[in-house]
Amino acid sequence: MEITEKMVLKTATKLSAEEIQKGKVLSVQWTPNLKYAWDNGPAIGRYLAELKNGKIIAKKCDKCHRIMIPPRMFCELCWVPTSEWVYVQDTGIVNTWVVSYVDWKAGRLDIAGGVRPFTPAVIEIDGASKGMGILHHLNEVDPWKIYRGMKVKAVWKPPEERIGAITDIKYFKPIE
Amino acid sequence: MRRVAIVGAGITKFYRNVQETPKELAFEATKMALESCEMKLSDIECVVHGTAPDAFDGIHMKGEYLSDGSGAFRKPYMRHYVGGGTGVLSPIHGWFHVASGMFDTCLVVAEEKMSSAYPHPAGAFLTIFDHTTEQPLYPTLIWIFAIEMNRFMTTYGYRKEDIALVAVKNKKNAMDHPSAQLPAEITVQDVLNSEIMAWPVNRLDISPTSDGAACIVLAAEHVARRVTEKPIWIDGVGWALDTAYWTTRDLYYPDYVEVAARQAYKMAGIKEPSKEIHIAEPYDPFTYKELHHIEGLGLCKRGESVQMLLDGVTQRTGNLPCCPSGGALGVGNPIAATGVMKIIEIFLQLRGEAGKRQVPGKPTCGLAQAWGDLMQVGTVVVMRS
Repeated sequence: MEITEKMVLKTATKLSAEEIQKGKVLSVQWTPNLKYAWDNGPAIGRYLAELKNGKIIAKKCDKCHRIMIPPRMFCELCWVPTSEWVYVQDTGIVNTWVVSYVDWKAGRLDIAGGVRPFTPAVIEIDGASKGMGILHHLNEVDPWKIYRGMKVKAVWKPPEERIGAITDIKYFKPIE
Repeated sequence: MRRVAIVGAGITKFYRNVQETPKELAFEATKMALESCEMKLSDIECVVHGTAPDAFDGIHMKGEYLSDGSGAFRKPYMRHYVGGGTGVLSPIHGWFHVASGMFDTCLVVAEEKMSSAYPHPAGAFLTIFDHTTEQPLYPTLIWIFAIEMNRFMTTYGYRKEDIALVAVKNKKNAMDHPSAQLPAEITVQDVLNSEIMAWPVNRLDISPTSDGAACIVLAAEHVARRVTEKPIWIDGVGWALDTAYWTTRDLYYPDYVEVAARQAYKMAGIKEPSKEIHIAEPYDPFTYKELHHIEGLGLCKRGESVQMLLDGVTQRTGNLPCCPSGGALGVGNPIAATGVMKIIEIFLQLRGEAGKRQVPGKPTCGLAQAWGDLMQVGTVVVMRS
């Protein structure tokens, strides 16, 4: 049996944005205000403490010897506990990146008004195993001149402003 | 294991925003599916339901909430969810129930109402990221898919103007799909000129947010042969998850899709997928994803999907039609329902009932695939007439 337009048209009624915004369709709205206090565990806990010190720390797998960032208490590939902590550099290379005109809510940035696009990237950290990257922002660079393999370095907040968070690194910028 | 067939299918119209509630959408798709094979709800022994994040609806345990729209009242019922991969996990989940011998019939219902998350469901996805190492950077799904697209492009030297052809093809195919939300005849230039969302992703590279539902009816062989003259068999299933440490994987290639596909091919006895699969519905929430998945599914060699597209192989009239339905880009992308829409497309194509969308050459073996979570899950179903 073929599924026809006649069959599907009676299954759903289209609403336009205007019908909702102008209240022609009644609806209720709810703005959630949920709060959480997350325990980060020993691995990410140490990672955050070291970020506060202006350092990046990784963990090494005793079996495959991968130096993993973010650090983790077990190697998800070998499925064994990790033991050794390893400091890595605060430099790295751009693995891949985007030039974003939208924020996390799909809201549009005022690019025409001079707002700089977001340029989030996967940054492979020097000293960690090849391909080990973290998500962070790039800045102090023309968004359209970023390239794969570009060498970058962390720009830290001043020590007194650091709280032990991934945002203690403001962003990464190109190394001259 | 018993052989399992799809014997009926139903689908709603897809829109950006519908008046109907999630339960009402599920009811419409389920009703149509049962009517298509002249079965009654009392003929159904169990129900599985695919639906994506509870955050879309703002209802925790929404599987339970939706169950009566899916005809599950006082029946064995389970909900499953693996992000965008959900829709193609749905028939796999139902397949287990029937293949095991536990049940002879199973309703597989997939529903998504994304429009309730206001003003845009994208915001609901912030909480899929790691709360400590990623959420403070305010990432979005568009960013990480654009990040993946860029890695795919820089690895092979693929050009945006070539990848854009996927949108041109799929939106045009959707002109013939009765449920389609965004059917259109567009050009590559239209895609390139559309609003930049997160370069290299422009607006016409992305599927829309959608409301909709889809349903199939599964039956064991002895029931299927009684119900229909044209059962479509689920001959291979596979699914796999990769690590959630997505920034430490090389995003140019979806290994997890390959693992899932190999599992499904092994079960279906397929040795050369590019020759034995006649028609495919790879998941295409973004233009590059269709190509990325074609490579992961082994339907071409790595790095050759763009050439395959340029050669017209994946057109409806090509040797290996991909997304003849119009895909997520053209028909719409109500997450879980999209995967079942793709299953239904292969079902109709293999039965010769796809109407204006029917591909030539009487295909007898097809595949549907979906993908999701933190770019980490692959779900694959191989079907034969």
